[in-house]
Amino acid sequence: MSEIVRPSAPRGRRKPSFSDWVFYATVLFLFLPLFVLFAYSFNASKGGAWTGFSLVWYEKLVLGSPELWKALTNSLLIALGSATGATILGTLAAVGTNRFRFRGRAAVKALSFVPMILPEIVVGVSLLVFFAGIKLKLGMTTVLIAHTTFNLPFVYLLVSARLEEFDPSLVEAARDLGANERQTLLRVIVPMALPGVASGFLTAVTLSLEDFVITFFVSGPGATTLPLYIYSMIRFGVSPVINALSAVMVAGTIALVFPLRKFLKAFAVHQ
Amino acid sequence: MSAKRNYGSLYAAPQGLWLLLFFAAPLVIIVAYSFMEKGLYGGVEPRLSLDAYRALANPSLLLVAFRTLLVSLVATVLTLIVALPCGYSIARSGNQSLRLFLVIVPFWTNFLVRIYAWIAILGNEGFLNDALRALGVVADPVQFLYNQWAVVLVLVYMYLPYAILPLFSTIDKFDFTLLEAARDLGATKLEALRLVLLPNIKGGLVTAILFTFIPIFGAYAVPLLVGGKDSYMLGNIIADQVTKTRNWPLAAAISMTVTVLTGLAALVFLFRSRKPAPQSVEEPAAPLGVAGTSAVPSGGAR
Repeated sequence: MSEIVRPSAPRGRRKPSFSDWVFYATVLFLFLPLFVLFAYSFNASKGGAWTGFSLVWYEKLVLGSPELWKALTNSLLIALGSATGATILGTLAAVGTNRFRFRGRAAVKALSFVPMILPEIVVGVSLLVFFAGIKLKLGMTTVLIAHTTFNLPFVYLLVSARLEEFDPSLVEAARDLGANERQTLLRVIVPMALPGVASGFLTAVTLSLEDFVITFFVSGPGATTLPLYIYSMIRFGVSPVINALSAVMVAGTIALVFPLRKFLKAFAVHQ
Repeated sequence: MSAKRNYGSLYAAPQGLWLLLFFAAPLVIIVAYSFMEKGLYGGVEPRLSLDAYRALANPSLLLVAFRTLLVSLVATVLTLIVALPCGYSIARSGNQSLRLFLVIVPFWTNFLVRIYAWIAILGNEGFLNDALRALGVVADPVQFLYNQWAVVLVLVYMYLPYAILPLFSTIDKFDFTLLEAARDLGATKLEALRLVLLPNIKGGLVTAILFTFIPIFGAYAVPLLVGGKDSYMLGNIIADQVTKTRNWPLAAAISMTVTVLTGLAALVFLFRSRKPAPQSVEEPAAPLGVAGTSAVPSGGAR
């Protein structure tokens, strides 16, 4: 049979279709606010109108905003702490439910899924009421507990997905060759699950850094995170420092995502 | 596996206990509080009462509930209308990673920074008003912010990537030669998309709907910051009842209502999507039929 020339190749260069135009317009829409922030961050004046190029807001950001740096430190501490906690608990649970059948397995799986589909406001309010009930003072501890809680399901899901992929006979082989449970876990299972564990950890860090609603309810004095700080800046008098801060954060995001661009497809499709 | 000791519950116990203590127990408390009387200075009186649920019938509350539903539906539909062609375009592109990069960068930008950016655009002193005045279109600033439309616009902006990513991931697995087969058999372009593509990407559509509708239905920050008093949503009412009015039973009752409604919506969608499609391209391993779940978490669902 001779080669059939298809009117459109499945992939590759071709004339932009309708969906491509929608995509281009969407990208413009998605980036417009980021560009505006970027431009404003170099504006000399405080107001909207452009009065000239200046780095004054960046200077203020670096030198004149101790509260902001405190908030950033809090955010990082909470992100790393809650991500570590959630990664350990979530990985163990994923290993358990993946390898064994036991009573309560279905309950553990269900309990790990529900928090993801619950509106954040409900999670936040219920935790606030709970902490009030057990008389735990709102602060870094309560934020840390809350973040670990909403991070757990994501770590569990990502590690489970990874564990489902590989051959269980490898674990059997390790056991047959005399490895005990601890050795099997640390030398066979964890290394194999590592990509899932790593993406779970990173997802948890990102989620924690991002969270506003739940943190808003469970945070107390001395536990202002970066999103809470930005929120108070928006509500109680916007300083153009926020433009500079936003621009830095956008640039940071780009710097973080760009080297990962080869993996973005795996990120979007696979997990 | 059978001959060895079963460590399953040992492994799962820490997470199970953690979620029981810090997720299930707080929810149980909320359920309990919703059936109690409100305390004089916040808190609750431990007496059984249906006051909170009776208070739900309050017309102003019903209005907010109706508005929340309407805003969520409109925003979800708009998001899908835009996200579907976007997902398709990325899937058929020769440069998927660049296109994903372009979608993910705004998505990974801090949630509040993005809200703030829209205030910087739409505000009276904002970019849009400046531009309109500079062009001489208007003399006085136009009030773009603090209304229903600003809320819908910003919600669509926030949740677009949540819809695009799962749609892309499902469409990417679709066998595009099926479309050509449909065309060869006489279907028009639209017919082919509607009758061949759509039934095959149900899983992605359901995920996209769930991951936009649920967070939008519980929205708090967006209506608070870019909406006015008349664009309050249920999330704002809950927060006010907890922090300002301090009517905890009512806050609990509204939370319960929101939870039950979103839970039902999720169940209905998941159940319907599980009916086998003519040719399923879904991965059976995807938990509860939610394809591309983890494409979603890294942005803020706030």
